[in-house]
Amino acid sequence: MAMPDKNALVVELNNLEFGYEKPILRIDHFALKIRESVAVLGPSGCGKTTFMHLIAGLLRPQNGSVKINGTDITALSEASVDRVRGQNIGIVFQQLHLVPSISVIDNLLLGQRLARVPTDRSFAMELLAQLGLAHLIDQMPANLSQGESQRVAIARSIAHRPSLLIADEPTSALDRANTEDALGVLQEMTYTNAAALIIVTHDERVRGSIDRVFDLGAKA
Amino acid sequence: MSLFRLALANLNLSRLSSAMNVILLALGTASIATLLLASAQLSSALTRNAAGIDLVIGAKGSPLQLVLAGVYHADVPPGNIPLAAMDRWQHHPMVKRAIPISIGDSFNGYRIVGTTTDFAALYDAELLAGEYWHEPFQAVIGSQVAATTNLSIGSQFDGVHGLTDGGDRHEQSSYQVVGQLVKTDSVLDRLIFTSLESVWQMHGDHRASEHENAHEHEDKRQDEHEEAHEHENERPQEHASNTVQRATVEHRRNASAAFSNHETHREITMILIKFSSPLGMLTLPREVNETSSLQAAAPALEIARLVQVVGVGLNWLNAFAAILVLSAALSIVAALYASLRARRQGLALLRCLGATRWELFYLLYIEGMVLTVAGTFFGLLLAHAGMTLLGIVLGAGQGLAFSGWMWASGESVLVVGMLLVGVFTALLPAVQAYRTNVPATLSSG
Repeated sequence: MAMPDKNALVVELNNLEFGYEKPILRIDHFALKIRESVAVLGPSGCGKTTFMHLIAGLLRPQNGSVKINGTDITALSEASVDRVRGQNIGIVFQQLHLVPSISVIDNLLLGQRLARVPTDRSFAMELLAQLGLAHLIDQMPANLSQGESQRVAIARSIAHRPSLLIADEPTSALDRANTEDALGVLQEMTYTNAAALIIVTHDERVRGSIDRVFDLGAKA
Repeated sequence: MSLFRLALANLNLSRLSSAMNVILLALGTASIATLLLASAQLSSALTRNAAGIDLVIGAKGSPLQLVLAGVYHADVPPGNIPLAAMDRWQHHPMVKRAIPISIGDSFNGYRIVGTTTDFAALYDAELLAGEYWHEPFQAVIGSQVAATTNLSIGSQFDGVHGLTDGGDRHEQSSYQVVGQLVKTDSVLDRLIFTSLESVWQMHGDHRASEHENAHEHEDKRQDEHEEAHEHENERPQEHASNTVQRATVEHRRNASAAFSNHETHREITMILIKFSSPLGMLTLPREVNETSSLQAAAPALEIARLVQVVGVGLNWLNAFAAILVLSAALSIVAALYASLRARRQGLALLRCLGATRWELFYLLYIEGMVLTVAGTFFGLLLAHAGMTLLGIVLGAGQGLAFSGWMWASGESVLVVGMLLVGVFTALLPAVQAYRTNVPATLSSG
């Protein structure tokens, strides 16, 4: 397997505009390379979630382009965007959102299935082992603590080897120790798997653990 | 981890609700399937029992009663008809085969039918063992009679007067079993066959006794007369002859003799007719009804009339079962729809993981269809198991042995109908899943 070009852009936004009656978000340029991490900061209502949804292809901008690994997803059909998102992006949500009806390992395998990559059970188990969850693979999400659930969600987001990891407020419900732990895991997973990391947060504690900050509040 | 497995896991997570919906649907399906099975088997039994019988000619009365008594052996006949009627109708050009039957006695509730050996041929029934009768008071028994009465070839039994158990026993004349028919799953299985002569002699018995009594009275009068005319010996040989006859003739011979004396008064219960041409149906019944004192009844018409009457009840039951199915379907829609509200975030998550709108549609659709298919499957299972149990409990009464080991043609229509119910049941939640607004859902969460 060829090593990815370390200068390759995973995300590139140009002249991006999104809004309903008036623009909510306007970004002239934003780019992110492999193994790079960025914290998208800003107060509530500044457009952090919109920013994340635009990159994930869940929203379409009125103007501008959103390139994921060189592909402008604004020019694609919805089904194609779904495929690009599944294959290239892993998302960790604020409220974790594990699928409650299936086990921990099946949550990871489902992520691979929906990303349309070959099922790799050993890689999924390896990820869980790295996160200290090897003993929980057959547990149902309802039996996990919040910290364990968060780690499983992180493992799932990366189980299909995405090139971009987006974490939406991953530390909002965590204490200091768990925040550092979660950020450490995200950074490690990003680096180990040659991905890029975007953390959308209003938690200033993140600043110290991340390569750079993209402050939407300041832009607004 | 396929979407199908995920759908099953989702249903398993809400297993109580899923089970209730499946049970509700199964009950509706079972109700309809049971009615279909019962109707099909009833119809099949009615057809099988009327095999080869196009017309029944008997005494005036209710035509349905005539058919029920003569073809299904489930009612008392309206009366007897003269044997002489056979001569007229068996030689009619529209008649291929005319079989006389005479009924009136029974054994352990099983009817004794006096007839010819052609009767079994109507049902393509063959002998399992033994042979047909060669002389009076020899009998051939049906399979159910053999199974439930312990009668076998060589056994002897006394018939009782009347078609139900509890009548007067004909102790003077015992029947001997000489043959047993194979199982036919028809009315034949629960009948005892003998020659017409047996029935005539059995009932000629009474008439012979009456005849004999009449002679005795006559003789008494003669004696008195002789006493009055002491020493007169005008008819000594005749008197002696009568006395000797009374003393020596056995009971059964008396009956035969009396019977011979009353040959012209022989009666049968009815005649079963097989037409030589389909045109017979158009002409013969009218001819019988208009030109004789007899009545003709067509089993097909009478049973169609009966089924029409019973069918009204079946239609109501079917309508009730359909309402049950509809309720179950609506319940599934409600359950899936309610679960959708709770699972909106989860569905949005699946979209974020790469699932397309169609995959969400497919997921909810599978869930609805799995419930419907399971409900249909268990409903059919319940109906067939119920019919099997009913068959065991009821036995083969009235020639109708219920069984769950059959597939009624209407059941295929039911399955298709249930799948269509499933299609529409799953459609609404699936469409809602398809329409999930991911950003709005995630933002609202």
